Amino acid sequence: MSLMRAHEVGVRYGGSRILRDINFSIDRGEIVTIVGPNGSGKSTFLRVLIGAQTPSEGRVERAPALRIGYVPQRLSIDYTMPITVARFLALSGNSDRTQTAVLLQRVGIADRANRQMIDLSGGEFQRVLLAQALLREPDILVLDEPTQGLDPPAVAAFYRLIEECRQELECAVLLVSHDLHVVMGQSDRVVCLNGHVCCEGTPTAVSAAPAYRALFGLDTEDALALYRHHHDHLHPIESNP
Amino acid sequence: MMLDNFLVRSALAGIAIALAAGPLGCFVVWRRMAYFGDATAHAAILGVALSFAFSLSVFAGVLVAALVMATTVSRLYGGIYAMDTLLGVTAHAALAIGLVAVSFLSGVRMDLMAYLFGDILAVNTTDLAVIWLGAMAVVLILGVRWSALLIATLNSDVATAGGLDPRREQLVLTLALAVLVAVAIKVVGALLITAMLIIPAAAARPFSRTPETMAAVAAIIGTLSVLGGLAASVEWDTPTGPSIVAFATIVFLVSNIVMWMNRRRRLSHLR
Repeated sequence: MSLMRAHEVGVRYGGSRILRDINFSIDRGEIVTIVGPNGSGKSTFLRVLIGAQTPSEGRVERAPALRIGYVPQRLSIDYTMPITVARFLALSGNSDRTQTAVLLQRVGIADRANRQMIDLSGGEFQRVLLAQALLREPDILVLDEPTQGLDPPAVAAFYRLIEECRQELECAVLLVSHDLHVVMGQSDRVVCLNGHVCCEGTPTAVSAAPAYRALFGLDTEDALALYRHHHDHLHPIESNP
Repeated sequence: MMLDNFLVRSALAGIAIALAAGPLGCFVVWRRMAYFGDATAHAAILGVALSFAFSLSVFAGVLVAALVMATTVSRLYGGIYAMDTLLGVTAHAALAIGLVAVSFLSGVRMDLMAYLFGDILAVNTTDLAVIWLGAMAVVLILGVRWSALLIATLNSDVATAGGLDPRREQLVLTLALAVLVAVAIKVVGALLITAMLIIPAAAARPFSRTPETMAAVAAIIGTLSVLGGLAASVEWDTPTGPSIVAFATIVFLVSNIVMWMNRRRRLSHLR
């Protein structure tokens, strides 16, 4: 059975419809990437899947006793909250010190265990968040634009690390990303989202799909087109066969 | 007996409040709930009117009013108005309506000042028992839910993914706040309860590297403020509740000045 499954999920917020008619599932060991323009509902969809947002339509099923490791897009710690990296990681429920130390080593911040979270750089902070998610020994790792604030070599290293962790933990990975070309190569499946599922399939199939190319303006040289929404485009390859 | 001395009773009552307000105040500061505390505390005046009108105990009346206020505000959140507007309306509405309601109770002789600013010197042994019971209940519930409360405070989505329900943790804090308001109204009064929550916690921040130390240091600073404020009020015949809060404010200023000077010294070494 799949780890998570969404049936005809829709989300309304106030008067606007953020997501509609989404069918989705992810199996153990799969890496699935969600791409889409800003405001296309990617983060909302992840929040629906992990149970942080109740869908207004449809339903979400999760495998029983599913362990989720979640890395939010933004986690801002208030200056008034004193907390060291080690204490933050212990909150994940795993207090095994050697395991924590090994993990910090792997994400490349072994020397930061006793630092205050608010003193970390953006990149270090993201690594701590990843370590926190991994410490739960998740069945599925859910990452919302995890490489924000990392420079290109760090981004590549970050994805290598995720790939290693997937092999060791045999977990699924579901991520939202802007690093299209980096991510696409490693994904088993890519879902292109813009309020609804525009197209989905293998990275090669999706990057060739007209719906995807139109959405990201890849046929024009206008860089701004990356953010242009094409709500009424036609669907030469229809989603969810 | 020791409890026969009103000063001993006052000190013990104040210490109970300080011990509970320390850790709870940290959450109020971390979650930016100061206004929320105000709204809950101001509803206490409405609770006082309620308890006189229906001849309930003041603790019961205030507890009910504080609970209703806290849960109402939690529910309204996410509507048209921003949280601070919503709380600004409800906090002052509760205070104003409470004061109006009290004025209708002409048959009852009550000292409004005692409920606005506290009357710690008038705490009797029964009050003392209720205050300790309530305060320790707050400490206990925070202790039991500590890790869950911290995760929910850091990020509610991470908490959800980890199998927690952030709304339940919010409810725990709401409940704890209502209980604290109910037992603290006699000690520092409705207008100064939030001060006892926030000032010791903020004063503890510069000395703390973990949430746990901050909670403990806040409780200690609160206790010192109670003793200091009480001593000052005996010495100079000043109102006790405000004296306690004034003392805490001095600790807050000193702690922040010390931190600022330390940072300057470290920076000048680097130069």
